[in-house]
Amino acid sequence: MSILIDQDTRLVVSGITGREGTFHSLRNRDYGTNVVAGVTPGKGGQDVDGIPVFDTFHEAVEGTAADTAMVFVPPRFAADSILEADDAGIGLIVTITEGIPAHDELRVYTQLKRGSSRLVGPNCPGILSPGKANVGIIPAQFFKEGNVGLVSRSGTLTYQIGNELAQRGFGNSSIVGIGGDPVPGSSFIDMLELFEADPETELIVMCGEIGGSAEEEAADYIDANVSKPVLAYIAGFTAPPGKTMGHAGAIVSGSQGTAAAKAEALEAKGVRVGRNPTQVSEIAVEILGTRV
Amino acid sequence: MDLLEYQGKQLFAKHGVPVPDGRPAASVAEAVEAAEELGHPVVIKAQVKIGGRGKAGGIKLAGDRAETEEHAKAILGMDIRGFTVQELYVEKASEIDEEYYAAIVFDRSAKKPMAMLSRMGGMDVEEVADTDPEAMRMLHVDPLLGLQDFHGRRLAFESGIAADVVRPVGAMLAKLYDVFEQEDATLVEVNPLLITKSREVVALDAKVTVDDNALFRHPDVAEMRDLSAEDPQERMAKERGLTYVKLDGNVGILGNGAGLVMSTLDVVAQAGGRPANFLDAGGGSKAEAITNAVEVILSDDKVSAVLFNIFGGITRCDEVARGLIEAFEQIKPDVPFVVRLDGTNDKEGRALLAEASLPNVHTEATMLGAAEKVVELAA
Repeated sequence: MSILIDQDTRLVVSGITGREGTFHSLRNRDYGTNVVAGVTPGKGGQDVDGIPVFDTFHEAVEGTAADTAMVFVPPRFAADSILEADDAGIGLIVTITEGIPAHDELRVYTQLKRGSSRLVGPNCPGILSPGKANVGIIPAQFFKEGNVGLVSRSGTLTYQIGNELAQRGFGNSSIVGIGGDPVPGSSFIDMLELFEADPETELIVMCGEIGGSAEEEAADYIDANVSKPVLAYIAGFTAPPGKTMGHAGAIVSGSQGTAAAKAEALEAKGVRVGRNPTQVSEIAVEILGTRV
Repeated sequence: MDLLEYQGKQLFAKHGVPVPDGRPAASVAEAVEAAEELGHPVVIKAQVKIGGRGKAGGIKLAGDRAETEEHAKAILGMDIRGFTVQELYVEKASEIDEEYYAAIVFDRSAKKPMAMLSRMGGMDVEEVADTDPEAMRMLHVDPLLGLQDFHGRRLAFESGIAADVVRPVGAMLAKLYDVFEQEDATLVEVNPLLITKSREVVALDAKVTVDDNALFRHPDVAEMRDLSAEDPQERMAKERGLTYVKLDGNVGILGNGAGLVMSTLDVVAQAGGRPANFLDAGGGSKAEAITNAVEVILSDDKVSAVLFNIFGGITRCDEVARGLIEAFEQIKPDVPFVVRLDGTNDKEGRALLAEASLPNVHTEATMLGAAEKVVELAA
């Protein structure tokens, strides 16, 4: 099993005719993902290496029964594209685009919460269910199937931690990047709920960073709702207040959002926190036993 | 991006928020001219992006031309908590009766805008929220509906402000929300929100933070960038499209992806070192970006060793290696480098580095090993 995406996923890509969009759509297809359609207004009727392109999401859904969208368009068009996918009835919308205005994200978030579509991202590397499907830009060659569910606000840090786990023999049920923006469509809590319900997942690793209070909220949720072991890592202990550390959401404001406060909140609820990526994999061995 | 007070007030005026008449001034002569135009008494205010200006002596009342000259001279160039005053705002003095506080903030946890109002504004408003939370009233706003009249009315009545100003304060909140929404701000704060002796409602200060990601919609705000307040290295990095934050240590750091770079800083600190910077070369970095990044890192004289920590996803390690080799040809750095390459094309990258046998470049297999090595070399 896995969460969110698997071999039955039918993917439609918004922005498939752009350079990056084409590259990653074909990479996702090479991995085995069922990429059924693309959407680029004005390019309906064309195809990208055999993948049919439609003018609107509505036509793509009608023509191909797509159920999952990947949004790859530039920031100023992204909110509109997400809302269109939602309006067309797509159940899962994975948004890779970085740099979407915060007010656009607020409006999109509020609208989607009123319906049943789920948004993952924006500004995220996507989702990988090893051996089944890859939606996004996660380099799949480093990961194999297994029983560790991984959820993260950061891309490359996920690869680093995933790779440390892989070197100790662990594979993943699914890897989900929820993104580094201030208004992520899905939170740690949303993913914890799915991993808790996924029979294949035996350990959940959550990888947080400075800014906001999502990790603290996750700590309370874990305490009340998660029976599986959860292991955490937090990046940004050395980040100075008032400076945005690369991600729009990674900023310590006043005494809020520090790495120390997050680690403390998690540990207070019995979640073990690795101090560096290597230590995370060492604690995973303690929890699940040696795999190599 | 944080705006200076007078820039925030320009946005206020654009949306009909009442503000006192004022002029920015970059020299004593300009300040005197502004004061003559406005008519004394005026207030001379330091324009810096940090709170506590008043307590630091950066805000002074001037009753005549001589006082304006004296205060402008004293405040220009003044250091306020690490910020040098390079600009003044000369504003017509207001007669203060009461000081309130109003703000529209972006509540990340609730993922909603939040309107705030207190009748206890002024210098120590942070303490009000702690000691007397009832005195700070807050309401969430649905971003698809916007601030309605009832929101303003409810806040005004609940906060217990004087009955005669309930209506104009509510109206000001609505206009502040317009600033927040239409200018893509993430913070709009007025402290104090002034009630004058003649019972007029005026925004005496303006603290506005705008969303950098939305500047494409606001060319007028994009031009307000205060480059003089930016660190020279940070400006250089921005011009080259790199994400760089200067820190105060001596270990230069380059990585790909914000999370991995933050983690790298932490691991260097755990190994006993002090990072000199945060630098995210970004996804899919080409050799040229790496060369640029090396130049930015080394423009900080304090850097005594540099760590490259790359986990290639979209980024290819051979491109990173090529960039480093090019940087060595162009810049000929005299500090040691520690390089850790993992991920896409890592073998090719390491082979390129081995072949180039650059002077004083050490390769390490793991992130922890690389951190320990660079700390040892930087000491």
